[in-house]
Amino acid sequence: MARFDTIAAAREGIAGGEVSATELVKEALDRIEKLDPGIGAYNSVYADRALDRAKDVDEGRVGGALAGAPIALKDNICTTFGTTTCSSKMLKDFRSPYDATVVKRLEAAGAIIVGKTNMDEFAMGSSTENSAFKTTRNPWDRDRVPGGSSGGSAAAVAGGMCCGAIGSDTGGSIRQPAALCGVVGLKPTYGRVSRYGLVAYASSLDQIGPLGWTVADAAALLNVIAGHDPRDSTSVAQDVPDYMSGLEAPVKGLRIGIPKEYQLASGMDGEVKAGVEAAMKTYESLGAELVEVSLPHTEYGIAAYYIIAPCEASSNLARYDGVHFGHRTSEPVKDIIELFSKSRAEGFGEEVQRRIMIGTYALSSGYYDAYYLRALKVRALIRRDFDRAFARCDAIACPTSPIPAFKIGEKSGDPLQMYLVDVFTVTCNIAAIPGISLPCGFTRGEKPLPIGLQLLGPVFSEAKLLRVARMYEAATEWHRRRPEVA
Amino acid sequence: MKYKAGMAKPRISLEEVRHVAKLARLALSEEQMRRFTPQLESILEYVAKIGEVDVSGVEAMAHALPLQNVFREDVAGESLPLEEVLKNASATDGPFFKVPKIIGGDEE
Repeated sequence: MARFDTIAAAREGIAGGEVSATELVKEALDRIEKLDPGIGAYNSVYADRALDRAKDVDEGRVGGALAGAPIALKDNICTTFGTTTCSSKMLKDFRSPYDATVVKRLEAAGAIIVGKTNMDEFAMGSSTENSAFKTTRNPWDRDRVPGGSSGGSAAAVAGGMCCGAIGSDTGGSIRQPAALCGVVGLKPTYGRVSRYGLVAYASSLDQIGPLGWTVADAAALLNVIAGHDPRDSTSVAQDVPDYMSGLEAPVKGLRIGIPKEYQLASGMDGEVKAGVEAAMKTYESLGAELVEVSLPHTEYGIAAYYIIAPCEASSNLARYDGVHFGHRTSEPVKDIIELFSKSRAEGFGEEVQRRIMIGTYALSSGYYDAYYLRALKVRALIRRDFDRAFARCDAIACPTSPIPAFKIGEKSGDPLQMYLVDVFTVTCNIAAIPGISLPCGFTRGEKPLPIGLQLLGPVFSEAKLLRVARMYEAATEWHRRRPEVA
Repeated sequence: MKYKAGMAKPRISLEEVRHVAKLARLALSEEQMRRFTPQLESILEYVAKIGEVDVSGVEAMAHALPLQNVFREDVAGESLPLEEVLKNASATDGPFFKVPKIIGGDEE
């Protein structure tokens, strides 16, 4: 286990003179070198740059709330250093001409970006198996997936190869890998964090967010990355509270909503169900009241998502045409259309092609009303379901994923089977509300697998949501367990 | 969790797949299109269940936050320098991106 494996521990260690930023980064790089060949979390590692930045921190030139903490960044977040590949052949050599806003904010706060992490190609997937480069393995059991699409970020944290990480979440891509890797993952309210520099998948659903071992670390990262950005017209000019202050104060009179429709979700693993039920008992013992709520349009969430997201993706990915950046075919072409078509067919993996096809179909003349427009109306209904439920509770609780980490290859034969694991995560993006996953137990068996509890809150309720999560974390020990990786 | 595609009329034919691939500018191979067709069928069959929802009187929600017309002053600000703009392109000619001919090619 890494010595200072949380951001809090790293910051305390530096403040107390026990460890320097350089030592922290050296340890992270060491662990990456030793462990990552067997895990595959990182697409690229910035050893020299990270050590330079560590020196800046140690010699007092750079300070801030995250100063000295080694952080990993999902490879769809643009950096002027190294490549930003989105784990796709389309962008395998892409060097961004600008840094994402979150990168600027993290570095201004002294965070040390040690590398870019593997992901499902263009963030499309729930297992990181859609990466064009390699499969990332779950540090808890290397024959299993880390989840996706931010699987590399989750595995980097779980493997002790960084103190915290940044991912993106469009339909569950931070929360689900966090659940499968036994770490905390937060998707903020849509508009809370700037998307400038996040390679777009679905513009009305995408959001950047933190992953770490603890709720406090997620809060520390959120403090730094949240805020309005004039460069992202969908970011909201709402004050950013200090998410860390008051984190230890339990929410008095806490009401937790249990959606009755989620009890009927088929395919739920018995141990996951039991783990989440036990977590609800823990909340009751902390004085919370459990309230039954109804989210009547639950069963249409995946259908609505797998229309809206592919539609938006088909538009966003139209920019990859082989001309301005990205893969260009070296086959002979008779005209520009053929240049586009061949470059795109060669550069995109199959899941990306499938989603572009679904989106193109659903937006095409004759189908637009029945699919896309209708899905947007279902979206309004899903949002209304949540607004009504939140009138009666402070947070909604449910499993993050209906199943623990599945075996590599188990679900990659049938795209639809893979989509169904998103049942508890997609409605959160559709409704724009925040959601957090935190560990609430492990499965029994030779290689125990993490179980994730998900909490959802109303828009811009991150401060309270983090406190609700912290209440459970403070009463349990799950967040202290580490996989045997070394 | 096993979803079985219904035995109803298929939602997308190989012909339609070819058409959509053309619209999407994806030069998929014949083999790929044949393989994609049942997969796309199964997905479209599943997502079509939103047809069951009563959406009468519901306004389409493209964007879940009440943001509208977020504008800025029409004042030139910082721009990317030209060499940055061109650096990731595979084919350039001076300040231009180079492409095969557009006009006079096969229109369809």
